[in-house]
Amino acid sequence: MKLTIDQLHVTLDRNPILREVTLEAAKGDIVGLVGPNGSGKSTLLRTVYRSLRPAQGIVRVGEDDVWRLSARAAARRTAAVLQDSGGNTTGLTVTEIVALGRSPHHSLLGRDGTEDERAVTDAVDRCGVRPFAHRDYASLSGGERQRVLLARALAQDPRLLVLDELTNHLDIRARFELLDLIRATGITTLAVLHDLDLAARLCDHLVVLHEGVVVAAGPVLEVLTPQILADVFGVRASTDRHADGVIRITYEAQPLADGARATEDTRPTETAGP
Amino acid sequence: MIVAISIGAVNIPLGDVWGVVLHHLTGAGPAPADPALDQIVWNFRTPRVLLAALVGAGLAVSGTVLQTVVSNPLADPIVLGFSYGATLGAVLVITLGGGAALAGLGVSAAAFLGAMAAGALVFALGQRQGRLAPTRLVLAGVAIGYVFLSATSFVQLQATPTELRTVMFWMLGSVAGAEWDQLPTVTVVVLVTTALLTLFGRRLNVLLAGDESATALGVDVNRLRAVLLVLSALLTGTVIAVAGSIGFVGLMIPHLVRLTIGADHRRLLPLTALLGAVYLVLVDLLSRTLNRPNELPLGILTALLGAPFFLWLLRRNKGLD
Repeated sequence: MKLTIDQLHVTLDRNPILREVTLEAAKGDIVGLVGPNGSGKSTLLRTVYRSLRPAQGIVRVGEDDVWRLSARAAARRTAAVLQDSGGNTTGLTVTEIVALGRSPHHSLLGRDGTEDERAVTDAVDRCGVRPFAHRDYASLSGGERQRVLLARALAQDPRLLVLDELTNHLDIRARFELLDLIRATGITTLAVLHDLDLAARLCDHLVVLHEGVVVAAGPVLEVLTPQILADVFGVRASTDRHADGVIRITYEAQPLADGARATEDTRPTETAGP
Repeated sequence: MIVAISIGAVNIPLGDVWGVVLHHLTGAGPAPADPALDQIVWNFRTPRVLLAALVGAGLAVSGTVLQTVVSNPLADPIVLGFSYGATLGAVLVITLGGGAALAGLGVSAAAFLGAMAAGALVFALGQRQGRLAPTRLVLAGVAIGYVFLSATSFVQLQATPTELRTVMFWMLGSVAGAEWDQLPTVTVVVLVTTALLTLFGRRLNVLLAGDESATALGVDVNRLRAVLLVLSALLTGTVIAVAGSIGFVGLMIPHLVRLTIGADHRRLLPLTALLGAVYLVLVDLLSRTLNRPNELPLGILTALLGAPFFLWLLRRNKGLD
């Protein structure tokens, strides 16, 4: 399903965190949300998976405002893999964790049926977690854990995936495997990514957040310009599409001197949509 | 259970016990020949064993739920302050006795009110901006527990030695005073709350995934936490009110079952209830046989028996590191 975020304002403890955020992800698109620490990326995700109510503005998944849907109805459309995702799951096997994804499909009295079984088996197989399906989550490696959580999200049978730093702490091969998995699902995805190379590799479009405002949005090459990389991320770098079709970022030896980064005054002011 | 009924200060043959119980339940069979035997079996031991089972089940279930609700493996009715609230209520009635305004209340009713008061305070203080925060709940519970404990200690200082002994016995827990009158209420509360909490099993599982993930899985975390807290406070308050503040069961039985069959609450809750019930019946049996014809309080034995077994299980289990 299409994701539309329109004129979103979010405040936390009376501090404005997001201002006038507008973005769109077409059906099947993978949109990367990038920006320095504290730019409001995770906060934006929270408004999408219905954890933080925006002060103003609308988040639509498909045609409906997610904040007008029930929590359960919204969770049947949107699945999230988050940083807290491990939680306190000692004692649950991998299969049981994946099966948590079925919970939005059940009321209090609902019992597991064949549809649930099929969704769980399917997610377990697609994410390659079958070999450790009966192990305790706590005993898994970082890469295995992320695959389990992605499987849980897929078992939710979502129309939109929300991913917060899915590939953090993973080795490079595990990162690529996860990205391929997400690509293969064909589900509309909004992903927060810290690693710009990875973002460039995975995403159709990027949205750059800086101090709670969208400063650039669009196709990867148009967004990751030397100007944006300098102003927002504070590095000297250039972005090119190589002969193999992959977009790579080349960072120069020295970051910008302190003070050369964009401040309130010099930050680009456009709030372009994709 | 029949075995537990048959053993005590006086041992009664199993067949006779069965005869008495059957006679009372169905009216079938001959009336017991010996009225004293009938008295012991039906009026003392049977309600006592049933109460032990209900209390054990209630404490274990409530411990399981609390541990998940505040995502803390150390949580139990004591940590969350419920037990200390109940103790203050009970101690006030025991020591102030006849003259006080509380005299109208029995020890049980006062204990129940104490537990509910503690529950309400934890509930009120465990919130921040309308959200119940796990860590805040635990800390509020501990702090409130200490306040109730100080108040209890102060009241105890004014008590006579006889009252103190009663207080001491109450604080360590016992089902010796079980009567048929208490059983219907306790049975209904324990069975209904346990059934309701088991219905919430799937959502309790989701809560294990962490608050943000649970929200993304369609659970209204705050409302769920509130409902579960109210149910477990009600359950704990009811069983503590009739049996006193029994430690260990609410903390360890849940872990015992979790270590054995895993953390899926849909299985975990019924089995914890069962094991809690069996465990407390056994402990009660020992408490009245180890030192016949005197009785030991349950609180002494619950931990003494359970802790070594628990530690053994902990050593054997490798998944907790």
